[in-house]
Amino acid sequence: MEIKKTSLNKLHQDNQAKFVEFAGYEMPIQYSKGVIEEHKFTRAHAGIFDVSHMGQLFVYGDENLTSDLEKIFPLDLKNLQQNCSKYSFLMNEEAGVYDDLIITKLKDGYLIILNAACKEKDFEILSTKLSKKYKMELNSDRALIAIQGPKSVDILNEIINGVKDLTFMTGNWFEFNDQKVFVTRSGYTGEDGFEVSIINDEAEEFTKSLINKGAKLIGLGARDTLRLEAGLCLYGHELDLNKTPVEANLKWAISKERLSNGGFVGSDKIMSQIKKGAKQIRVGIKPEGRLIAREKTKIFNLTETPIGEITSGTFGPSVNGPIAMGYIDKEFSKIDTKILLEVRGKKYPANICKLPFYKKSYVKGVN
Amino acid sequence: MSEVKFSKEHEWITLEEDVATIGITKHATEMLGDIVFAELPEKGSNVEKDGSAGVVESTKAASDVYTPVSGEVVDINQAIVDDPSKINEDPEGTAWFFKLKMKDTTELDSLMNKEEYEKFAKESSS
Repeated sequence: MEIKKTSLNKLHQDNQAKFVEFAGYEMPIQYSKGVIEEHKFTRAHAGIFDVSHMGQLFVYGDENLTSDLEKIFPLDLKNLQQNCSKYSFLMNEEAGVYDDLIITKLKDGYLIILNAACKEKDFEILSTKLSKKYKMELNSDRALIAIQGPKSVDILNEIINGVKDLTFMTGNWFEFNDQKVFVTRSGYTGEDGFEVSIINDEAEEFTKSLINKGAKLIGLGARDTLRLEAGLCLYGHELDLNKTPVEANLKWAISKERLSNGGFVGSDKIMSQIKKGAKQIRVGIKPEGRLIAREKTKIFNLTETPIGEITSGTFGPSVNGPIAMGYIDKEFSKIDTKILLEVRGKKYPANICKLPFYKKSYVKGVN
Repeated sequence: MSEVKFSKEHEWITLEEDVATIGITKHATEMLGDIVFAELPEKGSNVEKDGSAGVVESTKAASDVYTPVSGEVVDINQAIVDDPSKINEDPEGTAWFFKLKMKDTTELDSLMNKEEYEKFAKESSS
């Protein structure tokens, strides 16, 4: 299959991007300055992320759509206000996660942002679960561009006036060059920021205008170190069909209202896990010293019994040390518990620690 | 000091009498990206030609460091373990990895010279 390119591909090339294949797309892993500088620039200024490979699924319908979506997602969508967003999951009956997503209520439907590697499958699943009367569009004409970091609000507001009034996890339609753009105040870096859905033809000019105001392009490498420092899950690592949102320690994302009555896909399993407790749970882990424990590193207790596995691990540039997340038997999940990590045949000490590794600075709002 | 020689695993090596100094090339650091972890062989240990003699890790992945010749490890560069970013800054100078006392200095003969290595690096990265 031919590799897909986003509408910013040429701009990435012009900025000396190193490319990798990610979910069938040619995506920039880093630019000339490298992951650490890109990471730190995002935390101090404003980084631009091409996330056009992610799925933008628009679902349009009448008021029945809300109750039909509530049969799928563990959310209180009836009481969700227009233009407000929620983090959620598409699950199977066993509460295994097909995908994690952000859903935003629009005037006439919903916008669901899906992971690139999962979007086609998600579309199929949702097509079978939802009535044919609802119009579903997995958009390929729109780019998705994130701008993240403390300077992003001032930079973006100069280009799209009014975005500064959005609060965290809300969105709205704005205009850029007479084209409708949907802007949400959200992101996946632990910083304040926005995601802008914009028609492909305008994406390059829009991104260049962000660069002209001082923002810089940031690759997927730094996106990964930023999200890991922020303690955020990455699908295929912290989340997959063998893990539930309860095990992933994401119970907060399930509406309380829905937990008492259930009625969504996977609700029986979720409710029983909440009652009985999950065997394993996702935790933050800090290796001692400089040792990096990668995905699939085995975790042991101090008597060298296996108790879990790392799902993501790297060097955190803002933490200035190694960081990891993984799943561990519940009895060892308490903060400051000492554990051992097996790397290249030797066991090294590490500690369970609080997430996020790096304190976020989202702009809070009422929603 | 001898002419700098290079291996296909992107190490450089120089020889002074029977002691070889080994590090990784600038080309290797550019391929790896920001280096955030380095592990070196133990002083006093013996390493075999083409065997693993350390590890470097970038934010993205771990890579083995191989030794292009055999010998006893007589010195290691602790400074790059304490601050691995030094490897990106000066890979073919102050950020050497380890020094080996060689038994058979003819092992260097099969390695590439600078010109050959540059050609090899260019071809292997395209």
